[in-house]
Amino acid sequence: MVDSTVVINGQTLAYTFYCIVLILLMAWFAYKVTKGGSGTFVKPAIFYTFVGFLTVLGVSLHIITYNTIPWAEMDLNRANYTPDKTFVITVQDHKFTLPSNKMIIDLNDKVLFDVKSNDLTYGFGLFRSDNTMMFQMQVVPGHRNDILWHFTKPGVYTIRSTEYSGPKGVFMIEKDVVEVVDPRGIIK
Amino acid sequence: MSFIKTLMNGEEGLFKGDTLTPMQKMALRFVVVGLVYYGFVVIEGMLMRVYEVTPVSFISQSQFFAIMTAHPLVGIFGSTYSIVFGAFLFLVPFLMKKPLWSIKMANWNFVLVTGGTFIFWFAGFVSHYAPLYTLYWPLPADFNQFSVWGGTFFIVGIALVMVGTMLFIINIFKTITYTPEGWEKQPAGALLGSALGISGFKNLFRKNKKEHLVSLPVAAIARGTVDMAFNTGIILFTGVLILIYMVGSILGFDLKTTAIDALLYKNWFWWGLDLIADGLVLIFVAGTWYLLATLITGKKLFMQNIARAALLVELVVSWTVWSHHLLSDQSQPGMLKVLSGEMVTAFELITQGLAFFITLATLWSARPLKMTNPLKFLLGGLLGFALAVPAGIMQADVGLNRILHNTQWVIGPHVHVAILVGLTMTLYSAIYFLFPILTNGAKMYSQKLVNIHFWCHLIGGIGMGAFMGMAGLNGMLRRSLYVNGEFNTYMILAALAGTLLLIGFLVFFYNIVMSVGVKGVIDIFLPAKVKGKNLLPE
Repeated sequence: MVDSTVVINGQTLAYTFYCIVLILLMAWFAYKVTKGGSGTFVKPAIFYTFVGFLTVLGVSLHIITYNTIPWAEMDLNRANYTPDKTFVITVQDHKFTLPSNKMIIDLNDKVLFDVKSNDLTYGFGLFRSDNTMMFQMQVVPGHRNDILWHFTKPGVYTIRSTEYSGPKGVFMIEKDVVEVVDPRGIIK
Repeated sequence: MSFIKTLMNGEEGLFKGDTLTPMQKMALRFVVVGLVYYGFVVIEGMLMRVYEVTPVSFISQSQFFAIMTAHPLVGIFGSTYSIVFGAFLFLVPFLMKKPLWSIKMANWNFVLVTGGTFIFWFAGFVSHYAPLYTLYWPLPADFNQFSVWGGTFFIVGIALVMVGTMLFIINIFKTITYTPEGWEKQPAGALLGSALGISGFKNLFRKNKKEHLVSLPVAAIARGTVDMAFNTGIILFTGVLILIYMVGSILGFDLKTTAIDALLYKNWFWWGLDLIADGLVLIFVAGTWYLLATLITGKKLFMQNIARAALLVELVVSWTVWSHHLLSDQSQPGMLKVLSGEMVTAFELITQGLAFFITLATLWSARPLKMTNPLKFLLGGLLGFALAVPAGIMQADVGLNRILHNTQWVIGPHVHVAILVGLTMTLYSAIYFLFPILTNGAKMYSQKLVNIHFWCHLIGGIGMGAFMGMAGLNGMLRRSLYVNGEFNTYMILAALAGTLLLIGFLVFFYNIVMSVGVKGVIDIFLPAKVKGKNLLPE
């Protein structure tokens, strides 16, 4: 599975490009609308083309991401997958209770994190050592909160609550508790 | 004129408070208070920006989150609602060429919103009440972290704002439909139908188009007000629900937090909150763009019938988009995530895109235009939404939400760029346009200061959003704290951009005070000497 860093980089590039083009377009418009020329009506055909473009863009964005972001399909259909490993985690009084001090995952395994809250709404996120986010989900009391993730890169990861649960929630960090290892002992 | 004289009497002494009608005073009071509360928000924002860089000792952590809780609410209710109420309570009668239904009600509206905002802000300031604006269940009942008394006063303040908002809603719809004394009987039902877009929708399918009874900006105000009515009911109900738990706790009864389903509560709450964020804000903004474009150009709006229909679509869309806030809630049904969270939300790209295009096309039809203050701020507002809406559409995606939810991306390029650049610059455009009308011809003290305000606000707003967004893409969460300087590069740059916003606001405020004078500002809050319901002096 493609790492979420690749998706973030792609998004960063696309949105930055869009912003630059848009700012330049608005600057051009501001210049043209105030400098010379005479008022002309925009042809309705241009307007309807623009409407069509927005419609196609709005709908196709989700179709494209569904087919290109690897976890999107797996997430919506996770009940149909059999995880290689399952970790059951509980949260109460602003504290994660983990199944073990170190949660070891084999490279290329699909792992289900099943997180239960006994009191407040929390979040559950996995973060790389450079603080970038791998994934996250909400942890709502009284409901099943599970996420299936395919680990394709070895590394050490930190669990952090990603939802505000009062000032105490800031300290809900379990540092380096998840480790993805290559069972053949080869770190790629 | 000496500096002191200008400071006291305003630029060239042109502003004469005793010539203002009660309607002008009412609108100006709302605007002045809205701007003062905006000042609160900017200062609070800067305090938080500094705290994000280094947790300064004079602010405790609980105070930091209390500021974060009050910050958006003061911004939405104390500032934006006040400015919008003042402007629309003046504009609806102005555009319909009839008096406001009740000035008395408008004045009560003002007192309740101003007072309510101060009460909840002060309650948060004193007690450090900090469940944040989400008020996620069962947080309000978590009295181990928060003072129940602080929470009670906080909720009472919010409730007062909601009661004030109800008065605004009644006043707007009554003004559209009522028959003023001595007038021929007005067709209330037809006026309401036109305002809500029913007649406009029918026009799309008619060969002989019927004339609209209300103008497009009034229709936009009416439709946004429908969403306002829904969300006012929901926020009031939610507040009462929380209050029951708080009063129970004060009386020694522990009402179980599990009594109400947390996910159901989240759905309910976000449905209501989205009627503001994805409903009335977008509809009011589109209506204001249309109004400003036609007033600036003196031309008819491009594709008027489509614009009316789009406003109606936006209204329906705003009722069904809430699920994009729950894409990371794994128990939320997948169907709701895809249909409401992704697909319906994508319609906002279309409706806002249409409003953007229609406004630009209307401006284009009248070129060459003079780069007036309303025009430049209008263009800034258009740019803000054009940047912020796609950022929102991206996070409203099942795949991308997994790595964007609750990061600084959401609150930076989407929320702050939409509100600060999109919404606030649109409001500034309206303020600069209405300024000479509401002040009976007062003159702006300095055009140079207006330009400084414009550039500081535009660059500061986009810059702050951009650096917050970069931090978010690198994993920085919102509603959290990083005490080891993990994201300091981005946070320092965001703080510098925030400083530009603060400078922009101070320059604007100084310019306004110098334009109308300190005496003039005080005079706005004194009873009007001119009597009657006229909008402007005869």
